Amino acid sequence: MWEWTKVVAFGVITLLAALAASWARDLAFQVHAVIVMLVSAGMFIWSVRGLDEAPAPLPSGYEDGVIRYGVIATAFWGLAGFLVGTFIAFQLAFPALNFEFLQGFGNFGRLRPLHTSAVIFAFGGNALICTSFYIVQRTSAARLWGGNLGWFVFWGYNLFIVLAATGYLLGATQSKEYAEPEWYVDIWLTIVWVAYLAVFVGTILKRKEPHIYVANWFFLAFIVTIAMLHLVNNLSIPVSLLGSKSVQVFSGVQDAMTQWWYGHNAVGFFLTAGFLGMMYYFVPKQAEKPVFSYKLSIIHFWALIFLYIWAGPHHLHYTALPDWASTLGMVFSIVLWMPSWGGMINGLMTLSGAWDKIRTDPIIRMMVISLGFYGMSTFEGPMMSIRAVNSLSHYTDWTIGHVHSGALGWNGMITFSALYFLTPRLWGRASLYSLRLVNWHFWLATIGIILYAASMWVTGIMEGLMWREVDAQGFLVNSFADTVQAKFPMLVVRGLGGVLYLTGAIIMCYNLWMTAFGKQQTAAVADDSAIPAE
Amino acid sequence: MSNNDKQDDVGTTGHSWDGIEELNNPLPRWWVWILYLTIVWAIGYTIAYPAWPLVTGATEGVLGFSTRGQVQEDILRVEEQNADLLERLTTIDLAAVADDDELHGFAINAGSSIFAANCSQCHGRGAAGVQAGGYPNLLDDDWLWGGNIEEIVYTVTHGIRNEQSFDSRYSEMPKFGADEILIDDEITALVQHVRAISGQEHDAELATTGAELFLDNCASCHGDAGEGMAELGAPNLSDAIWLYGGDEETIYASIYNARFGVMPAWSEEYRAAGGLSAAEINAVAVYVHQLGGAQ
Repeated sequence: MWEWTKVVAFGVITLLAALAASWARDLAFQVHAVIVMLVSAGMFIWSVRGLDEAPAPLPSGYEDGVIRYGVIATAFWGLAGFLVGTFIAFQLAFPALNFEFLQGFGNFGRLRPLHTSAVIFAFGGNALICTSFYIVQRTSAARLWGGNLGWFVFWGYNLFIVLAATGYLLGATQSKEYAEPEWYVDIWLTIVWVAYLAVFVGTILKRKEPHIYVANWFFLAFIVTIAMLHLVNNLSIPVSLLGSKSVQVFSGVQDAMTQWWYGHNAVGFFLTAGFLGMMYYFVPKQAEKPVFSYKLSIIHFWALIFLYIWAGPHHLHYTALPDWASTLGMVFSIVLWMPSWGGMINGLMTLSGAWDKIRTDPIIRMMVISLGFYGMSTFEGPMMSIRAVNSLSHYTDWTIGHVHSGALGWNGMITFSALYFLTPRLWGRASLYSLRLVNWHFWLATIGIILYAASMWVTGIMEGLMWREVDAQGFLVNSFADTVQAKFPMLVVRGLGGVLYLTGAIIMCYNLWMTAFGKQQTAAVADDSAIPAE
Repeated sequence: MSNNDKQDDVGTTGHSWDGIEELNNPLPRWWVWILYLTIVWAIGYTIAYPAWPLVTGATEGVLGFSTRGQVQEDILRVEEQNADLLERLTTIDLAAVADDDELHGFAINAGSSIFAANCSQCHGRGAAGVQAGGYPNLLDDDWLWGGNIEEIVYTVTHGIRNEQSFDSRYSEMPKFGADEILIDDEITALVQHVRAISGQEHDAELATTGAELFLDNCASCHGDAGEGMAELGAPNLSDAIWLYGGDEETIYASIYNARFGVMPAWSEEYRAAGGLSAAEINAVAVYVHQLGGAQ
């Protein structure tokens, strides 16, 4: 019966999508309807062919198939996101790269949200989904709940990414930073996200361990809060059910406040809480050491969850936002400093007693540098939220540098180390293809981040100082174009940092690919890599 | 390692997940104290500054701070400091500003800053315009609408070919090609004539035909010799300075479709936000006037 229901449902969806494609009011909606039609038609054929097959025996053990796909998707979207990021970095330095033939879909304005969404939601999101599925099964000693629902979450989430990305290129956007996808893509993500929550909670509920592991608290906080943020910030009314345009429910400063309540907590819960969940599993596993302090994990978890949600207004200092809201945003951001550092302390102290491994294990080294950048960014963030500092840093490249030291350093490095941890285990290999290549990746990525962050600090502070520079009679000294010109060399350095980071990621993909296919570097070379790095 | 011994002392919580255990270490003291410190500071700060929302407003903070007040204070301080100079700049005969060193220096500083913020987007940071882009160079002595200081003030105040100010500079060249006033051959001949009077390589025979056409169609605005007419904003065609370009293709396009360069009216009278006061317009005019080729 269930099989027949699926066949009918896919058939109906295909038909409706075909109708929507022919009646679409704009190109983006039409392309999306065609994508949905093709996916659904494929599912229809697949489910019809599966009708005769005898039902498979109930699988046992952990569900790792979907995690393998997740690892591949994470690596793929990572490369795509880094590549677009590097390209737009050079577009900023050399505007001629906004080629005439790219106008309307490949110019900076279209590619910038493609980059941010590709790295945060495609790379980061797939990393969070696959690692959370891996971790919740292991730490609950239970198979993933919901049968094929885990597969629905994976494919549904990646369909969301394809719809979002193609939408940006075709100009379908609601112009909210990190929440650009239009109404129907948002609705689809809501459905996928509820399924994700169900799979995750379902697995925790049937756990065989008496307690819930700390990593799972963080994942759960991330999933629940992102659901709430997504729903409220995307409240909008479609202009037509057959078109991509919608109108926001909030307007003016209310809309701005909602947007940055969302935007800041996308950082707080997607990029911080979720990735702390990864950290709390992979760091003790890789170091083979117990977590430093259970008490610290409880206190910093609740403090982080309670405080982060109030910090959003610091994105709106000196705007139409009332002063009281701006003050509260700043104050909560500063109190957030120690709760954020709790995660870093717990991670780094877990490694204490295993410090020798920094010399021999490049994966541990990645984890250390990741926690280091986490600590630095979570100090820099509260500092930049101070009104006086913000009046200098706001709207400058300093913000971009801050975001990237967190994203490339913390999120990127912890994800890379998770992928290096997972790949041999998921494909049943004794070890990685090459530790030496991991070492190369580590250094390329680290130097890339340093070039990126340092150039953006320099250019951001310079930009801020130039904007506010007045002569003795109170007249502005510089024009905007003066700052653009002065920034040029630093913009090139930033692009080169991106090239290094991208190169490291390409090396990682090669290494993971060879590992998955069971290749090993020759013994002599493998031994060589065990020699402590200089 | 000593750390290891210490960890063994505290023991674990007794849980184990997939082999991961948790030590019973207490919270690091420095961590706790800094957390308390930030909380105490936070309470103090929210008493000092506007912070807590109430039913119809919010606490104002004992320091009486507001971001708007902070900006207002800065603006007032500068305005007070410059009040005397600004006053003189609005009332003085502009031609005499150059004789008053203090006022002249002030006007150039102010004008330079106003130019950077409002004018450089089109005319360039150094006021050299955009070659062949239709944005005039303000450094040379070729002026479309006149280059003495009063005329510059008028142009900045009312702009060119806009609907904001009824008094904006206005003139319109006919689209000789697009509106079928002249046929293709005639335009080609005109192009050669314009090349001739501007001292460029040209086809002499076509230029002779073009010369007659020029007298009939163009001379009423551009002058018999193509020397231009500032009252109509008609450019001088006999010099080597080109607003859109002096090559054959561009001259042909200029005659065929005509040009319609625009500039906004900058006076605050015509711009609700971001307009310039009379003193500011005078300052920017003084600045532009002393750049180079002013009349």
